[in-house]
Amino acid sequence: MTRQQRLRDGLSVALLALLAVLYLAPILIVLFNSFKGRFFISDAPFALPTAQTFVGLQNYVSGIAKTGFLQAFGYSLFITVFSVAAIILFTSMTAWCITRVTSRVSSMFYYLLVYSMIVPFQMVMFTMSKMANVLHLDNPVGIIVLYLGFGAGLSVFVFSGFVKSIPREIEEAATIDGCNPIQTFFLVVFPILKPIYITVAILNTMWIWNDYLLPYLVIGSNYRTIPIAVQYLQGGYGSRDMGAMMAMLVLAIVPIIVFYFTSQRSIIEGVVAGAVKG
Amino acid sequence: MQGMPKRFYAFFTLPTMVAFAIAFLIPFLLGIYLSFTEFTTVTDARWVGLSNYIRAFTDDRNFLNAAVFTVKFALVSVVLINGLAFALALLLTRKLRGTNLFRTVFFMPNLIGGIVLGYVWQLIINGVLINFGVDITFSASYGFWGLVVLMNWQMVGYMMVIYIAGLQAIPTELIEAAKIDGANPRQMLTWIKIPLVMPAFTICTFLTVSNSFKLFDQNLSLTGGAPARGSAMLALDIFSTFYGRTGYEGVGQAKAVVFFLFVALVVLLQLRYSRGREVEN
Repeated sequence: MTRQQRLRDGLSVALLALLAVLYLAPILIVLFNSFKGRFFISDAPFALPTAQTFVGLQNYVSGIAKTGFLQAFGYSLFITVFSVAAIILFTSMTAWCITRVTSRVSSMFYYLLVYSMIVPFQMVMFTMSKMANVLHLDNPVGIIVLYLGFGAGLSVFVFSGFVKSIPREIEEAATIDGCNPIQTFFLVVFPILKPIYITVAILNTMWIWNDYLLPYLVIGSNYRTIPIAVQYLQGGYGSRDMGAMMAMLVLAIVPIIVFYFTSQRSIIEGVVAGAVKG
Repeated sequence: MQGMPKRFYAFFTLPTMVAFAIAFLIPFLLGIYLSFTEFTTVTDARWVGLSNYIRAFTDDRNFLNAAVFTVKFALVSVVLINGLAFALALLLTRKLRGTNLFRTVFFMPNLIGGIVLGYVWQLIINGVLINFGVDITFSASYGFWGLVVLMNWQMVGYMMVIYIAGLQAIPTELIEAAKIDGANPRQMLTWIKIPLVMPAFTICTFLTVSNSFKLFDQNLSLTGGAPARGSAMLALDIFSTFYGRTGYEGVGQAKAVVFFLFVALVVLLQLRYSRGREVEN
C-alpha cells in the first residue's frame, strides 16, 4: 500500500467514526435526559445531568405509571409474536399453493395480494376499523387477523419468489411416497423455506412492533401498544411531562436494541433479501 | 400439485384470503364507494357523486399544500438518502478497519419506530432552535428540514446495506479486467460500479419514494403538522380530515383515493424508469 493510500484510508475511517458518533448521539442524548428532572430537559437538552438536575429513576417510575408501559409492552409482544407466527404459517401455505397450482384463481390471488402492497394505509384505515368493529376483531387477538390480511401481500410475494426456485421433483417424490398435499407441505416444503421465513419474520416484526396507526384506530382506546403509549404522553401542547417522555423513549428503544444485537446478522440479511425480492 | 383437490386448495389459501378480504379487499372497495357519499358511520352513506372530490381541493388549501410539501419532501429525501447511502456503501466496501462496527451503527436507527424517532428528533431540533428563541413549530420549513434530517437518519443505513450487497455482487473478474485495462478509480466507478448496482438503485429509490410518500408516524410526532397544518404531509392531512372534524369523512375518503392513485402512479412510473436503466450481466 502506498503512503497516499494509507492516508486516504485513515481519513475515511476518521470520517466514518465521526459520522458514527453523530449517529449515536440522538439516542445517547435522550438517555441522559431521562435521568434529569422534567423541567431541565426542554431548555437545555444537551446539558449532562448535574447534582441539581439528576433525579434517578423518577421519570421511569412516573412514565410507567402514566402510560401503563408494562401492559403496553405485554400487548406489543403478544400482538407481534402471534401475528408474525400467523403470517409465516398461513402466507407460506398460500404462496406455495398458488405458485404450484397454476390456474386463473391462483394468478388472481397473486396479483390482488401483490398490488395491495402499493395501497397506502389511509385508503382503508376508516373502513378497516369499522370492519374490525363489526366483526369484533377490535381486541389483541382479533387484530392478528388484520395483520395477517394486511401483511399478506409482501409475505406471499417474498415466499412465492423462493418457492419458484425449489425443484418440483422433491415434492413429486413425496407424493409418490404417499404424502397428501398437507403432508408434502409440512414435512417437505416448510423445512426448506427456513431461510426465507426468517426474512419474512424479521420484516413483519419490524413493521408490527413499531406500527402505530392500525392498533391506535382498532384497539387504541382499550389497549395501548408501545407506540400508542408513547404518543399518549403527548397530551395537550405544553402540558406534557418531558421527563416521563424521555424515559418512555428509552424504554421503547431498549427492546429493539436488544433484539438487534442478538440477531444482527439475520436482521441485516433478512432486510436485504426482503428488499431484493420486493 | 397441479391436480390438487379443491378441499386442499381451500385449506392452503382460505385462511390468508379470508383475512385479506377482511383487512384489505372489502375495506378497499368500500372505501372507493364511500368516497362518493356523505357519511359519519358506514351505514348512513348518502350518494353525493363527485362533490367530495371537488371539496377536497376547494374547501381549503390544506390538501394541495400537503401534496406540494410531500412531493418536495420526497424529491429532497430520495436524492439525499440515496446519495449518502451510496457514498457510505463505497466506503464500507473498501475493507477499511471497523467496517462491521460502522455498518451496525448506521443501520440501527432503521429499526426504531416512527413515533419514537419523531420525539427523539423533536428534542434535538428544539434544543438547537431554543438558542434562537423558537421551536420546530415556528415555521413549516423547520418542520420540513427536520423531517428530512430524521428520514436520512432512519433510512440511510437501510439503503446502505442494500447498496453494499449490490457492490459485493459485482463479479471480481470485471473489476480485475478493468484494472488490467488501466481504469482509474473514477472510471471504475462510472463504468463498472454504478451501471452494475442499478438493480440496487431501483430497489432503493422505490423504497425511499414509497416510504417518503406514505410517511405518517414521523410527521405526526415530530410536528403534528404544525404550524397550522403547514408541515402536514398527505397521509397526515387525510388523517386530520377524517378524525379532526365531523362531516368531513367523505372528503377524507376522497382524498385517500386521490392519494392512493397518486402513490400508485408515482411508484409504477419510477419502477418502469429505473428498470429501463439496468444492464444485463
